[in-house]
Order: sequence, then C-alpha cells, then structure tokens
Amino acid sequence: MTAMAPILPAASIANPHPPVSAGRVFLALLSRDIRVARRELPFFLVRTIMQPMLFVIVFGYLLPRMGFTQAGYQAALLPGILALSLMLSSTQSVTLPMVTEFGWTNEIEDRLLAPISTNLVAVEKIVNAMIQGIIAALVVLPLARLVMGPVAGFTFSHVPELLVVVILSAAAASAFGLLLGVLINPQQIGFMFSLIITPMIFFGCAYYPWRGLDVVPWLKYAVLVNPLVYISEGLRAALTPTVPHMPLIAIVAALAVLTVGFTWAALVRFRIRAIG
Amino acid sequence: MTPAIATEGLRKVYPATGRSGAAAGPAVQLPPSASNGAGAGQVVALEGLDLVVNEGEFFGLIGPNGAGKTTTIGVLTTRVLPTGGTARVAGADVVRQSVTVRQRIGVVPQRPNPDRSLDAWENLIYHAAYFGVPRREAARRATALLERLEIADKARMKVDQLSGGQQQRLMIARALIHEPTILFLDEPTVGLDPNARNSLWEILRDLHRQGRTIVMTTHYMPEADELSDRIALIDRGRLLALDTPAELKRQTPDGSLETFFIAKSGRRSDT
Repeated sequence: MTAMAPILPAASIANPHPPVSAGRVFLALLSRDIRVARRELPFFLVRTIMQPMLFVIVFGYLLPRMGFTQAGYQAALLPGILALSLMLSSTQSVTLPMVTEFGWTNEIEDRLLAPISTNLVAVEKIVNAMIQGIIAALVVLPLARLVMGPVAGFTFSHVPELLVVVILSAAAASAFGLLLGVLINPQQIGFMFSLIITPMIFFGCAYYPWRGLDVVPWLKYAVLVNPLVYISEGLRAALTPTVPHMPLIAIVAALAVLTVGFTWAALVRFRIRAIG
Repeated sequence: MTPAIATEGLRKVYPATGRSGAAAGPAVQLPPSASNGAGAGQVVALEGLDLVVNEGEFFGLIGPNGAGKTTTIGVLTTRVLPTGGTARVAGADVVRQSVTVRQRIGVVPQRPNPDRSLDAWENLIYHAAYFGVPRREAARRATALLERLEIADKARMKVDQLSGGQQQRLMIARALIHEPTILFLDEPTVGLDPNARNSLWEILRDLHRQGRTIVMTTHYMPEADELSDRIALIDRGRLLALDTPAELKRQTPDGSLETFFIAKSGRRSDT
C-alpha cells in the first residue's frame, strides 16, 4: 500500500468523541432492526399472514358456510386470530434471530460492544418484537374481516382498553420470545416449535373463548399458564365485548405480571449469554 | 499519566459446565483436588494477571493456545466478567463503567463476526450509529476505510459473499469507524494473505504513530517482534515475561523470539 493520509484523523486522540446518550444508541439499535425487517418484508408477511389466514379461511369462512359453527362463532374467532398473529409474530421476530446470533454466528457482538448497558440491548430486542407483533395484527385484521364478512358485535369503541391490551400483549409475547431465544440452542428449534409453540397455539383460547372451557374444568384452569390465553381474551374484551370473556382487570393484571416476569428472566439469561 | 490499561490480580475461572460467552479458550482444567480456591472441573483462564499498558503503546500478547490471551482481551473489552481482581481501560473500570470503556475501544475479534443481516457498507454505517456518529459523517468514514482496506468494491455485498480475509478487513474497518483511542486485535492476521497482512501492518503502524494504544494477540512471532513496543508472554493465566522484543530476544542464544517462546512456555507457538 502506498503512503497516504492517516487512516484515522489524529485529532480524535487528543479530543476523543464525547459520550453518546443511551437513548441515541437505543434508537440506532432499533433502526438497525427495522432496516433488517424492511429488507425481509416479504418473508415477514408470509410468516405473519399464512397461518392465521388459513385458520380464518377454514374456521371463519368454510365451516360457517357448511353450517358446522353456531352464529356468533366468528365474533369469538376474530380476536383470537388477531391474538395469534400478534403473539406468533412478536415471539418469532426475536426468538429466531437470538438463537442464531448467540448460538451460531456470535454476530450480536457488535451490538454488545455498543456503548450502552447490556440490559438495554436486550430491551431493544423486546421493543422491536413488539412493533413487529402489532404490525402483524394490523395486517391480519382487515384480511380476516374481508374473508369472514360482517362480524356481529365487533367494535372499535373501546379504544383505551384496546391500546392497553395490545401494548401489554405485545410486551408479554416479545419478552417471552426473547426468553426462549436466549434459553435454547440452535439444535432445539424444532423441539421448541413442537413442544412449546404448537401447544400454546391450540390451548391459547384463540379458536374458542376461555369461558367455553367450562365444559372441561381441569383444562380451563390448566391453560392459564399460557400467555396466549390472556392475549386472546384481552382482545375479545376490547373488540367483541359481547362474547363472554375473562374480567378485563384480571387480563391486564396477568399480562402485566407475565411481562415483568418474562422480561426479568430474559434479561438475566441474556446477560449470562452476552457476558462470559 | 493514567495508563491506557491496568489490571491488578485479574482472575477468571469459568464454571465447570456450560461455559458461555464469546471469548474463551481452553485453559487449565482443575482436578478434583485443586488447591487454589476453584472447584473440580472449573477452568482457570486467568490466575492473578497484573499488566500495565501505557498510553500510545503497541502491546503484544503472546502465549500458547489456552494461555488466557483471548480471555484477557475479553475482560478488557467488557465481554467477559472477571472472577477477581480489577481491570481499568481508559481510566474506567471494565465492570462498573463498562459503557465508558466501550465508548473508547475498538475490537477486532479472533473470528470475523459481521452482522450477516446487513451488507458490508451497512455493517459500518450502523456500527458507527451505535457510537453516535451522524449518518453523513459515518458514510464519509466508511468510504475512506473501505478504500484503505481495499474492499471498496465489496461495499454492497452481503457479508456471506465476502471471503474470510475480506470479512477480517471489514472487522478492522468496523473497529476503527468510531475512531477509538484504544484498539484490541485478537490474532488479526489469521487468514490474511501476505499482501493483506502487510497492508494491515502498515495501518497498525500508522495508528500507533498517531499515539493510539494497541493491544494485539498473535501466534505469529515475527508479527509480535515487528510491531510491538513491549511483549507479554502469558501461559496458564499467568504472566511469564514482559519486555521489549529486543530484550526478550537477547535472553536466547540464537536471538529468536520463537526460541524464547518455546523456552519459557515449554510449548511451540502454533503459527
């Protein structure tokens, strides 16, 4: 290489750059994740839309027309489908990248070297997953409504309740996703879907209201360990309140407790994975 | 004058099972009867390491595989939590003031670990953003660094499409883009061809001339000899020797650093 100007300006030694605020670093980390999500938009949409829309077509369109469902079932189903979209998208958008970046490539290193606390690097992952989960629900809502046709009892009149439920649901699902992402290793991904995600989907009260489980009392209480139950019931309380649902206060309390619990556990485990 | 780096009694013991974290090499696995305060199966990577690196010094760190070099770099770059002792980098404690330390350092890892979701250019731009560098300034710096490291034509490629050597040069650009005052390089020339290695040496000499502090581990003795102001030889987590290359070589009959390495560590440097 021929002689040339110094690779870095000498002035940066005598006058090092001033410290950067945590908020600014946080936004830079978030903008990186949003850039990656935008690049992967087609995959995101397929991942987000595919499963919920297949269920909508079968349970919200075909079965009602065949006469296999009662009137009003769609009002119970639509919030459940939105809950499913929100949870799956939030969880997957953080779990899979974390498993890969910690387990295979160690490529999260450059973010762990950013001048910000390791906890905030983890929190940024949760915030990014929340955004993706909420976008997923917003994409699925009009499509589901289009396929199902008019849904009796569906209302947007409970906006404050809706906002609280959506934000807490996204937070709980994203923190859960981060916890899974830092707990499991790449070889366990298939195991995770078979043993954790699939039972969560089917016992998450997405396709039936929780009160419907009165017919199987032990299951009614067993499913309470499943975060998706509170997301489904919360969206019913906010969007189709005429469908029997858990009390809103219980839903909000459960989602808040789950968010705090999952976040705490995920941060502890994230720090262990991040700092040897 | 505050030294750039100072460690006192630095100790790192990895737990018996499931060692996590990025930076660790096999060190000394303790037998059940170990008497130095660590339990059976635990791995002692650093055993009371005292080091002082002066500001503006080019400091070479050599030692056999598993000597504790990578763990030392890991602790100094805030990526490994020490079990005991203290370490200060740029005047800040690596545990209690890790964010301040990160602000001042650049790190070239042993194995390239670029952000694979981004292209080469974005790797630099976003890394700069994490350090608060405005976008326009980051773009200017990225252009200059990619040119200087001779990978400007790879800027818009996904990093998976870069060769190992090109990825390593990208890691060097990434470590420099926020203009750190202290640079850590963990075996930076592994996988580089002789031309690329010479180019990197030139860049390191240039950074050193400017007064930046550089800490570099290497298995390649001519590299340590050529570049370092002082060299520390560590093995089994302890400091075995610390002096200028000339002084270390003077202690051997044939004046070779390689001979010194083998004599002191009892093992060959696995170049």
